[in-house]
Amino acid sequence: MREGMFRNLSGCAISGIFSRTGKRFSGKLIVDSMTVMHERSNGLGGGFAGYGIYPEYKDFYAFHIFYDSYAAKKDCEEFLEKHFDIINLSKIPTRKVPQIKDEPLIWRYFLTPLPTKLASSQLDEREFVVKCVFRINTTIKGAYVFSSGKNMGVFKAMGYPEDVGRFYRLEEYEGYCFTGHGRYPTNTPGWWGGAHPFALLDYSVVHNGEISSYDANRRTIEMYGYKCTLLTDTEVITYIIDYLNRKVGLTLKEVCAVIAAPFWSTIERKPQDEREELEFLRSTFDTLLITGPFSIIVGFEGGMMALNDRLKLRSMVVGEKDDMVYVASEEAAIRVIQDELDRVWSPKGGEGVIITLEKGKS
Amino acid sequence: MAVNYIYPEYEVVRNYDRCIACRVCERQCANEVHEYLPDLKKMVTDDSKCVNCHRCVALCPTRALKIVKTDHTFRENANWTGKSINEIYKQAESGGVLLSSMGNPGQYPIYFDRILLNASQVTNPSIDPLREPMETRVLLGSKVHRIERDEKGRIKKVMPPHVELSVPVMFSAMSYGSISYNAHESLARAASELGILYNTGEGGLHEDLYKYGKNTIVQVASGRFGVHKAYLNSAAAIEIKMGQGAKPGIGGHLPGAKIVGDISKTRMIPEGTDAISPAPHHDIYSIEDLRQLVFSLKEATGYTKPVIVKIAAVHNVSAIASGIARSGADIIAIDGFRGGTGAAPTRIRDHVGIPIELALASVDKRLRDEGIRNNVSIVVAGSIRSSADVVKAVALGADAVYIGTAALIALGCHLCRSCHTGKCNWGIATQREDLVKRLNPNLGYRRLVNLITAWKHEIKEMMGGMGINSIEALRGNRLMLRGVGLNEKELEILGIKHAGE
Repeated sequence: MREGMFRNLSGCAISGIFSRTGKRFSGKLIVDSMTVMHERSNGLGGGFAGYGIYPEYKDFYAFHIFYDSYAAKKDCEEFLEKHFDIINLSKIPTRKVPQIKDEPLIWRYFLTPLPTKLASSQLDEREFVVKCVFRINTTIKGAYVFSSGKNMGVFKAMGYPEDVGRFYRLEEYEGYCFTGHGRYPTNTPGWWGGAHPFALLDYSVVHNGEISSYDANRRTIEMYGYKCTLLTDTEVITYIIDYLNRKVGLTLKEVCAVIAAPFWSTIERKPQDEREELEFLRSTFDTLLITGPFSIIVGFEGGMMALNDRLKLRSMVVGEKDDMVYVASEEAAIRVIQDELDRVWSPKGGEGVIITLEKGKS
Repeated sequence: MAVNYIYPEYEVVRNYDRCIACRVCERQCANEVHEYLPDLKKMVTDDSKCVNCHRCVALCPTRALKIVKTDHTFRENANWTGKSINEIYKQAESGGVLLSSMGNPGQYPIYFDRILLNASQVTNPSIDPLREPMETRVLLGSKVHRIERDEKGRIKKVMPPHVELSVPVMFSAMSYGSISYNAHESLARAASELGILYNTGEGGLHEDLYKYGKNTIVQVASGRFGVHKAYLNSAAAIEIKMGQGAKPGIGGHLPGAKIVGDISKTRMIPEGTDAISPAPHHDIYSIEDLRQLVFSLKEATGYTKPVIVKIAAVHNVSAIASGIARSGADIIAIDGFRGGTGAAPTRIRDHVGIPIELALASVDKRLRDEGIRNNVSIVVAGSIRSSADVVKAVALGADAVYIGTAALIALGCHLCRSCHTGKCNWGIATQREDLVKRLNPNLGYRRLVNLITAWKHEIKEMMGGMGINSIEALRGNRLMLRGVGLNEKELEILGIKHAGE
């Protein structure tokens, strides 16, 4: 049994670090932060996402792919060659760590869609890439694209997050934003693809919780061309954010008002303009409301968003120091990397904390 | 030569030690079962007239009465039951179609009773509705995922017309004529107090009830009785009745004897004429015709009210629903084969149509497969018996449910299934003035409010147990359901797993 064949419930630890000025820092920080929360994981999955890590290839889609076999790699590369210009490809550098075993083949590709293919698909470039990712993940056996954005990348494995960080040599990457995840699944995922972050294009999501609205959300989002193959909360949350933000065109603040909508009784007390907008969003996108406990950190190009479920059933703390913003399941995970904070607070349930690069920084 | 005598199915048992011959039973029984014999100073009964409605039992001051199923029997036969034999006797005598009332009572599977609900344990918390907000508010109507912004970048808040319910339950269509004015008034006032909707049925709307318009669905059926511009505009929503679960494929017939006084006026037909609703709408022979009627009604009401299209659950219900979802309708109501009626041919009621659970599951899936589920809301009916049925229906994919029989039971109906006789002892399915006044709308509406309030509490408890604090997160959330004792095919159609999986 591997992830996708059953629904795997998880508890978790999450952490995120962001530099508003776009100052690049080492991936070591996020690994240190996650290490403190060792107890919140059980060694069955850990991972990281880094933004601004591939400046030399920033105009190309960076695909990170797990292969079960060389045959799968051959099939997948055939597909990639047919649809993209492959600018560069290489094994993702790793180091041997005793705690990390049974690794698949892990490859990285920098790609740009073939203009002819893109034109004949009649899709915009990002939608074209999404379609290709779904094609690979659902039709090429043994191949799994787990990262597909520009100037960002996901690194994940079976194991504790600190071991996963060492395995991927995360300290060698520098970026303006990193997020991290340690997983405590109730079942053995049996597969690296099930670890988090979950990513699509430049959106990546780390999540702690178990959403009770899962099947209502899944069945809604699948109407819009998404295929939930992993049966995890993180997967469906990522698709919802991608759909609302990229396809429908809602701002992230509006996305929060859909997925962690205020209670009707709260909406009724708002001034007229705001009330009408909240009513509109909640009514129009009603089946994308997410209930049950969650705290998530969403990474995207140039920004990071932290959000709790509307009852705040999972812990999440935000800290600020100068241009740096820290988000984590526990304050200790922030203090360990920055003890002198200008401000620390617990965002309210449903209150999205959206952090973006200052203008002109990247 | 055969003798036309059928032994009564039920017997009235009177305990003469308790009977004080007060004659309450005699006065209360419109079927004239009870009679006082002055010479003997004794009450006697004629069981053959009894419909088993419990009116006399309920009002007997000394509890001297009870009704029992007779033990009189034919020679036992698994194939030729007493019911089958008696029905042949009746038809051999009358040459007529057998008539029945209320929903199909037959031995068919009840899928709601084969479905169980989930609850949270350990990995996520259940939510206590007494301590935390628990939302049951529902908006019915089309929900289009399209955003337009003004020049300042603010979202234009234009939504297609919709109706709001405080809890996903509505009172289903029962016409003034098939039920009494007092029953109608009870439903209207209860809907108004509860923040839900009731449905006029096809008999028009009595002018005294226009004031409850905000909580009224007006129906346009094949007979078009009582339909005019003010009627359409008085309501919160308009329902086109294409079919009814109790009698799919056939129309309706309210005998001229019931078309008296206000009923004649409300239906806009002369007193004493039969009110015949044709089987089809004679201006709708196909889906494109339906679209025209939908838009005619929208034109007549300035596109301010959602239009519901109600159909009976028949074999190809999902294809039909898919067509309706593209016809401009905002809401589809589906009525299952257990749905009630004031009168229907027995054979139709008992043998035509399919269970609502299967119809709902397949319609919801089809509309999702085609990516048009958000074009419409789905309302299901026939038969929702409890708050648990409501929760299961919502988890299977319904936006809301209609209740008819359950509402009537709250008003006092004892399901004797004799509505077609017009002699309802409880004042519900009758127009006889002396009987109608037995139903006091001041008390009737209160009982309906109590029922829905109780269900609302129960719905919240069940949702909270599942860790869900808003009803839309339950809608179509089939992982919250498991089947018991169902075969693979049934599970596949319902889109649920078996218990233990």
